[in-house]
Amino acid sequence: MITIKNITKAFDDRQILSGIEGEFKPGETSLIIGGSGTGKSVLLKCMIGLVQPDSGEVMYDGRNFLTSSLNDQKAIRREMGVLFQGSALFDSKSVLDNVRFPLDMLTDQPENEKLDRAMECLKRVGLEKAKDSMPSEISGGMKKRVGIARAIVLNPKYLFCDEPNSGLDPLTSAKIDELIGEITEEFKITTVVITHDMNSMMEIGEKIMFLYKGKKLWEGNSGTLTHSHIDELNEFINANKLIREMEK
Amino acid sequence: MSRIGNYFLFLGTLFRNREKLGVYLKLILDECTSIGVGSIFIVALVNTFIGAVTCVQTAYNLTNPFVPRNIIALIVRDSSILELAPTLSCIVLAGKVGSNIASELGTMRITEQVDALEVMGINSSSYLILPKVIASVLMFPLLVIMAGFLAILGGYIAGTLAGVITPEEYVSGLRFEYKPFGVVFALIKTVVFAFLVSTISAYQGYQVRGGALEVGAASTAAVTNSCIAIVAADFVLTQMLLT
Repeated sequence: MITIKNITKAFDDRQILSGIEGEFKPGETSLIIGGSGTGKSVLLKCMIGLVQPDSGEVMYDGRNFLTSSLNDQKAIRREMGVLFQGSALFDSKSVLDNVRFPLDMLTDQPENEKLDRAMECLKRVGLEKAKDSMPSEISGGMKKRVGIARAIVLNPKYLFCDEPNSGLDPLTSAKIDELIGEITEEFKITTVVITHDMNSMMEIGEKIMFLYKGKKLWEGNSGTLTHSHIDELNEFINANKLIREMEK
Repeated sequence: MSRIGNYFLFLGTLFRNREKLGVYLKLILDECTSIGVGSIFIVALVNTFIGAVTCVQTAYNLTNPFVPRNIIALIVRDSSILELAPTLSCIVLAGKVGSNIASELGTMRITEQVDALEVMGINSSSYLILPKVIASVLMFPLLVIMAGFLAILGGYIAGTLAGVITPEEYVSGLRFEYKPFGVVFALIKTVVFAFLVSTISAYQGYQVRGGALEVGAASTAAVTNSCIAIVAADFVLTQMLLT
């Protein structure tokens, strides 16, 4: 389980996050939603240690990530898988080498075991045939799937996805959502997804946290999302014409 | 001043929390190929012509009939070994290797590849940059040895073809008053220049924030700052080692 307590962050005099609290449970896909510039990505970066918050705690199964020693932080990081917004695949490595990379760097497994595990993950995301392709030769949706394969190759306990659907067509987006949902359930991973995609919210939003101007305004699930009395949330949701039609 | 301070702090990160040594070996070999083998052509071309031009221009300026013609070869030899081969080659390499390092790291930064390494618990600066620095320090001196040889050869070919010096005069000039320390001095300078070019370029690339425009600016800054560092270090080293 991941627990965040009172996370605040400011860049110069601009307050980005103010006292964010939340709990993310294993085997559950939790979404952090909100408009652009509300601090979703900064919150995610605080959680994975890419940005140091000004105050607050990030607990991974009771271990305080921010105050841990460098070695303890490394150990926690090795239990994380992260899918970045732009996939962040290494340009100079093939699809297979990208997936194998965490195994090469962080484990002492024999070569054949590493290869088997990387191929297993590529099969899981349906890309075993693209193993020899370079990242520049595959589509955006395929890159996301390779990113997911790389994120799960070390059997992570925690999976973070930063806007996994951005730049993808609705069909590919739905497939990515489905994959994230399945993996979360199958391996009992604590999954946190940053998104502003309404389909994702309705499909995989077992728990949803709404951020507005750096503050948590609402928490619920896909069932209660459309019934809140928070004006800012309703305005955010109703920006989507389809949802407006559905509500009518 | 704060940027210089940040540069030294950045250098510290290269050597802290390194990965296992085995990880670096393949990376260093790859970088040696990219930095060394990839730069042979341009370094060879520039230095051959520079040697040729030095020879012909020296002959053109040598109008006193009492000065022996083999002095031309001596001037080509000393200027090539002491200055042209190490300094000019490293300036050329700052343009080729330095801009490549800065743009590669800058692109990795803006496409979150550096963040991907960090979240895996890998020291990204050490993993990405240390092999480039080691490869530069290993390959630049080899390139400069080749550059010095080709500059002298270029002078020989141009001088003899243009008829400004005979082959015998050229060879006797090369042997005249030869001080082996010149080569040691050139190699010391080259190692320092290699370190400066690779670390300054890496620093510029690694610090990039923003997009393609900033990557371009970092690449330009890498080349200009490396060139400034080379000429400043050249002066300091010459003062320290030759006076």
